[in-house]
Amino acid sequence: MSVVTLTLDGRPVSAREGATLLEVCQESGVALPTLCHLDGLSDVGACRLCLVEVAGQRKLAAACVTQAQEGMEITTGSERLVRYRRQIVELLFAERNHVCAVCVANGHCDLQRLAASLGIDHVRYAYQHPALRLDASHPRFVADHDRCVLCTRCVRVCDEIEGAHTWDVAGRAAGCQVVTDLAAPWGESASCTGCGKCVQVCPTGALFEKEQAAGGMLSKHRDFLTYLKNAREKKEWLR
Amino acid sequence: MNREELEALAARRRAADGERWHRVSVCCGSGCHSMGAEQVLATLKGEVGAAGLTREVQVHASGCRGLCAAGTLVEVESGPADGAERHLYVGVDPEVAVRIAREHLVDGRPLSEHHADPSDPFFARQQRIVLESAGRIDPEDLESCLAAGAYAALEKAVSEMTPAEVLAEVTASGLRGRGGAGYPTGLKWSTVAKAAGDRKYVICNGDEGDPGAFMDRSVLDGDPHRVLEGMALAGYAVGAEQGYVYVRAEYPLAVKRLKIAIKQAERLQLLGNRIFDSGFNFRVDIRIGAGAFVCGEETALMASVEGKRGSPRPRPPWPAQRGLFGQPTLINNVETLANVPAIVRRGGAWFAGIGTAKSKGTKVFALAGKVRHTGLIEVPMGTTLREIIFEVGGGIPGGRAFKAAQTGGPSGGCIPASHLDLPVDYESLAAVGSIMGSGGLIVMDETSCMVDVARYFMGFCREESCGKCIPCRAGTVQMHELLGKIAAGRGELDDLGRLEELADLLGAASLCGLGQTAPNPVLSTLRHFKDEYLAHIEERRCPAGVCGAGARAEEVRA
Repeated sequence: MSVVTLTLDGRPVSAREGATLLEVCQESGVALPTLCHLDGLSDVGACRLCLVEVAGQRKLAAACVTQAQEGMEITTGSERLVRYRRQIVELLFAERNHVCAVCVANGHCDLQRLAASLGIDHVRYAYQHPALRLDASHPRFVADHDRCVLCTRCVRVCDEIEGAHTWDVAGRAAGCQVVTDLAAPWGESASCTGCGKCVQVCPTGALFEKEQAAGGMLSKHRDFLTYLKNAREKKEWLR
Repeated sequence: MNREELEALAARRRAADGERWHRVSVCCGSGCHSMGAEQVLATLKGEVGAAGLTREVQVHASGCRGLCAAGTLVEVESGPADGAERHLYVGVDPEVAVRIAREHLVDGRPLSEHHADPSDPFFARQQRIVLESAGRIDPEDLESCLAAGAYAALEKAVSEMTPAEVLAEVTASGLRGRGGAGYPTGLKWSTVAKAAGDRKYVICNGDEGDPGAFMDRSVLDGDPHRVLEGMALAGYAVGAEQGYVYVRAEYPLAVKRLKIAIKQAERLQLLGNRIFDSGFNFRVDIRIGAGAFVCGEETALMASVEGKRGSPRPRPPWPAQRGLFGQPTLINNVETLANVPAIVRRGGAWFAGIGTAKSKGTKVFALAGKVRHTGLIEVPMGTTLREIIFEVGGGIPGGRAFKAAQTGGPSGGCIPASHLDLPVDYESLAAVGSIMGSGGLIVMDETSCMVDVARYFMGFCREESCGKCIPCRAGTVQMHELLGKIAAGRGELDDLGRLEELADLLGAASLCGLGQTAPNPVLSTLRHFKDEYLAHIEERRCPAGVCGAGARAEEVRA
């Protein structure tokens, strides 16, 4: 295994060749906010929260999809980057109807955690309050588009881990929505196996199990992806 | 097919054309087409038939001639090909067509009216490389294209030159990407040529989506063989055997003519296996876009060609390394590829002699908006905006004053009158906050409101964002809303700061070029026309009288 050395926030670090900058940060204990990324799924570089500055490059790099290279100088927490991250999270809150107090994921939500960690206590952008529908046609699960941040974790887990590819994104721009099959009600989906992986990886309360009260969606465990991966690739069946 | 056969075919056609008294070409580009060119063509054919002159007079359709504002255009060429007498008629309807047939074609007395003046700067100031044959040839008739020199460059390349030599000519020409970014074409080609892969692909990007831009459409429907030849030359230079033309579905005429062109070229083995009896194979297929602006972005375009949702992905890996179906892929714009046959035929040094130090060759512009000669023009790089708008374009109609020129569409900016003497090249336009873009040039006079223009383009990006990354998907919504608020006379001074802060986010944090450049129309109007924003905010008034704020100033205040 060859190793590259780079500078992370002024500190020399080493990384295995081919590692992403996000992995380097995680291994070095540098906290970088993420939303669309989830260990065990492919990376799409969509949420733009893990953007970092690379010395000598005009453009910012999304750490999750940028490979560590010899001699790179990375800055992860400049004033500008922090400002962008706050803006992005504020834009998400303004985009749909995120009302924590009545959300099943209250207290267990990645978006909420992000906002708290970035010190966001109010939103400066105009709330869009779109009129979205809720799909409760599935016998066990509910899709509440009001809480969806379009991270596509559900799309990827269904395609890459479950192999069903029930979920995908339909529409464009602010009108994008995750859909099951060809936008059929979830309960009528022919491809859905009912495995619930999408519910487990959903960062917010957009996908949840039925019969949950506000704050009740406690059971999400995202580490199962690592467990599945270890089981499949290393034949280790321990949790 | 070999060189002798190609030359014989072309010579036979030229001789046959030369024997006719008159050769009449009716512009059937999209502009004239929409003004009834087909009827004019049918009328002329009918009259010539009725007069019993079908052997002496040839009537055919041609591609776009550029002067779209004065359609339908009809050219009558008389006498031998070299030194022919030419008459260009403008504003031809079926009635005028009857007169042209009876008076000019039959009686030999050209009409005194409906004439375009060939010494008009619109014609005299242009220099045509990409459009050299468009408007003369019949794009649906391969022989007519061969007579104008089509596929001679490809023949020369595959029989006399190595791929490296073709690449060297393109590099020497200094050609830069005409899609807007201006990346050196030779450099892009050599990266793909060097890349390792089982197969390589050439993609022609014809997903022209900027509002007001129709350069690629006119090249594709006026001279499709030139684009196919450019693609084949690119394939030869980089080692690809498969090409895709990605055309938007909104261009049905271009799609139809491309289909015909590919079929014709395959029949004569100008495309397909063992082209010109060499070892070079190259096939071209068409892929039709489904109406998304973002599919002009190269990674989204490749996803769309693969049959997937047209969303961009982060680069690197660059298409040259890992592109279509994971293989090294060359993506060039229509106009870029249409330059290549001329470069190979006449040499890179010839091309490099045209234009400015860093921007070589010519540029096709689609003139639109408040300008007399709306249509398609091709001028050398470095021509000033003033020359383009006031000489070639004929100036602003109605005696109104020029306000701004918008270049680069939703990724570009508005250039004010103080920069009219700017030479049009990649660097100069970037220096004043706009971009060369693909060639859309919208002229605006004092009746245009710059806040409204910025709002329009932001609305466009808001609709066309693919929705993948948050800054673009949600940021354009907020920017559009702020601009709408200002236009409606409800803006506050703080809103300008909010706009700038969001523009900074979109430019720096968006995933692809759509989001990264979406703030440009706002930033450039804020830079050059801040007084208009301030009038809307502080005085609740629209100086151009476009926005609601102007009409209902008092109401708004109350």
